[in-house]
Amino acid sequence: MKLITSILLTALLSFAIGLYTTLPWFSFVFCSLIVAIAIHQKPWKSFLSGFVAVFVLWVLLAILSDTPNEHLLSTKVANILPLGGNYVVLIFITGLIGGLISGMAALTGSFVRK
Amino acid sequence: MRVAPFIISALVTTGLVVALNVQLPSGKSKTPRLGYFLSPQYGFWKNAEASNASFTDHKKIQGIKSKVDVFFDERLVPHVYADNNADAYFTQGYLHAKFRLWQMEFQTYVAAGRLSEIVGEDRLATDKYFRRLGMVYGAENSLKATESDPATKEACDAYTAGVNAYITALQPENLPFEYKLLNYKPEPWTNLKTALFLKFMSWDLSGQGDDLTYTNAKTYFGYDDFMKLFPVVQDSLDPIVSRGTTFGAPNIALKVPQKMDSLYFGRKDIVENTPTLNPDKGNGSNNWAVAGSKTKSGKPILCNDPHLGLNLPAIWYEMQITTPDCNTYGATFPGAPAVIIGFNDSCVWGVTNSGRDVKDFYEIQFKDSTMQQYWFDSAWKNTTFRKEIIKVKGKPDVVENIAMTLFGPVMYDNKFAAKDNAGKYYAVRWKAHDASNELKTFYKLNRAKNVVEYNDAISTYQCPGQNFVFASHSGDIAIKQQGAFVAKWKQQGDFVMPGTDSTYLWQGIIPQNENPYMINPIRGFVSSANQQSVDSTYPYYLGRPNNFPLYRGFIINRKLNAMSGITVEDMQKLQADNYNVFAEIARPVLLKYLVTSNLNIGEKKYLEIFKQWNCNNDLKEIGATVFKVFWDSVEVNMWGDEYAQTKLTLPWPDESALIESLMKDSTYNFADDVRTPNKKETIADIILISFQKAAKQLATLEKENKLEWALYKDTKVEHLLKLPALSRFHLPIGGGKYSINATKQNHGPSWRMIVQMTDNIEAYGVYPGGQNGNPGSKFYDSFIDTWAAGKYYRIIFIKKEAAQKSEQMKWHLTFEKA
Repeated sequence: MKLITSILLTALLSFAIGLYTTLPWFSFVFCSLIVAIAIHQKPWKSFLSGFVAVFVLWVLLAILSDTPNEHLLSTKVANILPLGGNYVVLIFITGLIGGLISGMAALTGSFVRK
Repeated sequence: MRVAPFIISALVTTGLVVALNVQLPSGKSKTPRLGYFLSPQYGFWKNAEASNASFTDHKKIQGIKSKVDVFFDERLVPHVYADNNADAYFTQGYLHAKFRLWQMEFQTYVAAGRLSEIVGEDRLATDKYFRRLGMVYGAENSLKATESDPATKEACDAYTAGVNAYITALQPENLPFEYKLLNYKPEPWTNLKTALFLKFMSWDLSGQGDDLTYTNAKTYFGYDDFMKLFPVVQDSLDPIVSRGTTFGAPNIALKVPQKMDSLYFGRKDIVENTPTLNPDKGNGSNNWAVAGSKTKSGKPILCNDPHLGLNLPAIWYEMQITTPDCNTYGATFPGAPAVIIGFNDSCVWGVTNSGRDVKDFYEIQFKDSTMQQYWFDSAWKNTTFRKEIIKVKGKPDVVENIAMTLFGPVMYDNKFAAKDNAGKYYAVRWKAHDASNELKTFYKLNRAKNVVEYNDAISTYQCPGQNFVFASHSGDIAIKQQGAFVAKWKQQGDFVMPGTDSTYLWQGIIPQNENPYMINPIRGFVSSANQQSVDSTYPYYLGRPNNFPLYRGFIINRKLNAMSGITVEDMQKLQADNYNVFAEIARPVLLKYLVTSNLNIGEKKYLEIFKQWNCNNDLKEIGATVFKVFWDSVEVNMWGDEYAQTKLTLPWPDESALIESLMKDSTYNFADDVRTPNKKETIADIILISFQKAAKQLATLEKENKLEWALYKDTKVEHLLKLPALSRFHLPIGGGKYSINATKQNHGPSWRMIVQMTDNIEAYGVYPGGQNGNPGSKFYDSFIDTWAAGKYYRIIFIKKEAAQKSEQMKWHLTFEKA
């Protein structure tokens, strides 16, 4: 239950803070941190929560932009970056980057309380 | 609190964020800030435009006086309806920014010599070149002229306000793609940037013809051989103003300097490897207008296709601008207001480059290396200094202190030149330095109602000189080579001139009424394709013939002369015509000299193809490739040996110099290969060697399946940053340097327009790009296939009431005063 809540809360807060684009792109790191402090779990569970929350959030958001665009831009970017034009890999890497940062921030938060 | 694990994971988290927040080195350049770039709420994902995106919007905005309506048709061309001119130009600025912001900013950074700010010290040499050439200096002067005219000041102010209205409201996640990629932001637009952009076009169209390398060539070859390689007369010339036209006595009586043979022609200057940038030699265009006497409809038809580098985003942006005193449609430049090439209710106009030489170099004698005093007319004159500060990304500023003389900036001195250029200084006098208001001409052309107003509109036009073609609904056709052209004696300015006395100065600007002009000629058409505007009976010197390509004008006139009952379809076919008239001229000459008795089977095969070829550079023609490879081989084998003997930077001669020599002169001293001292090669020897070498090349191309002309030429349209992922390659299009369809590898017709001035104006246009500069938009390159296929779009040119009801208008953007 704590796992699900912390995943949902992290995802929601990260999305919300990302709407204020005058703040830097990595502001969501504080959401993951604070949720992990507020909802205390074992470190690996905190990491998992943070990771899954933002991985899924970012992959979903990317797909939401990509699909109506018919993969036009993602294919081009997947050629600018060395991904052989594979937009699926690009979406995966997008999620991976967000998820890793968020997971590490949550992990950090899990060590605040014993 | 578990302190140690907390600190470690906090550090790792911070490290990750930092690594993904900075640009990492990658080969010669840098990656984007990866975390930012890939974030779906901030990065490139936000630029992925939905294919069913709507551009309908209703904005309350500051900076306009009343309501403006913009209707977009299905090609995303905006049709702007405003109650006053200022609001229209404001809207134009806003739309240019909305759809092409990165491109217009980037191009003005290049013009301003500020590329290093964006990409770092790799491009420092480019920036120094433009600063020292006086690009910014010229733009500042022109801006003063532009702002002193109320109409153009209003237009520029409104345009700038419109661009800035877009920029200030731009949310970070909506930054154009390239800003995110290169990690910078747009800065506010200014009137100076518009002036800089127009100056850059000035350079692109009049900055060619490098006097310094020609000076080297004269020294290296000696005057007589130089004149064989770079002759002053072109036999095949069909000038813009037909031969046989008489010219009045010149208003400026030119004083030719004394002792020119020793002081000018005979000088042995060597200008070693001075850093130089040249605009593409192919920058030029075609235009023509046919009178009602030659058309099926009885009304004139005008055609124009400017030839520029093929880039994405495209240099042109189509739009309609309608205000109470102006109802015009055409191609605009993101970066400047008004319509540049287009039409209105009553008339249509177009431009080709005049090619006239208005940039000259003078050697300066300084007292010493401080460059504070120079010798002129037997006295020491003082210089002033112009400071140009070049910011370099990631490095300290670079300061250029440019000495200013009465000629202009000292472009090449001991800090900007090859290290071997012992103590030489060259100042540049360029007409583009002078204050001028080119915008006024386009502003007036947009509103011109007849040939009198057309002449008035172009009368103030200075630089770069253009051949303005014109046609009106009432039936007039005209062409005028207009600009501030220097009154020159024969060959003045072809080489570096002495800067120590006034006898070599420019002696005046040719009065307007002496500029070449043709109106309603009996032959029923006017045309220009960058050839010389007049023959040698004209009392002023136009410039080195190498600036005036011969062949397109030649074939256009031949074809137009033979046509009658002309329709729009005929004109479309003509603009896309691939006939290679130079090949027609050269082939019999080459075959005359080619000894075929000892050719092998492969060589005979290519010879047969060459003989049977119909001289069309159509996309599948192998003959076109055979001719190009063969001719290039002839040039290299004829001249390459002489050129290989020197490290000097020399210009390469024109094909016309060679073919005309071969036609007249059966002993051509360049045929002799100077590397074979015991043998004196003849023309026939060289032609044979060239053909055999060409055959080898062709065999290789055949193996690679690149013999067909379009595959060999491999036309591409590249993104301004040369990123392959954002470019289009291998376009199926023929044509070439000598064809009316002047499409080469990455250069060609950047806009094609055909307008028939019937009561209901019939207009067609296409360009190799798209209206939206966003690579994430389906409108980024949507016109390219149509353009490559030689097809056109029907232009929609309607009143506001019609636009409101029209099914062809897909989206409606309104601006209301906030």
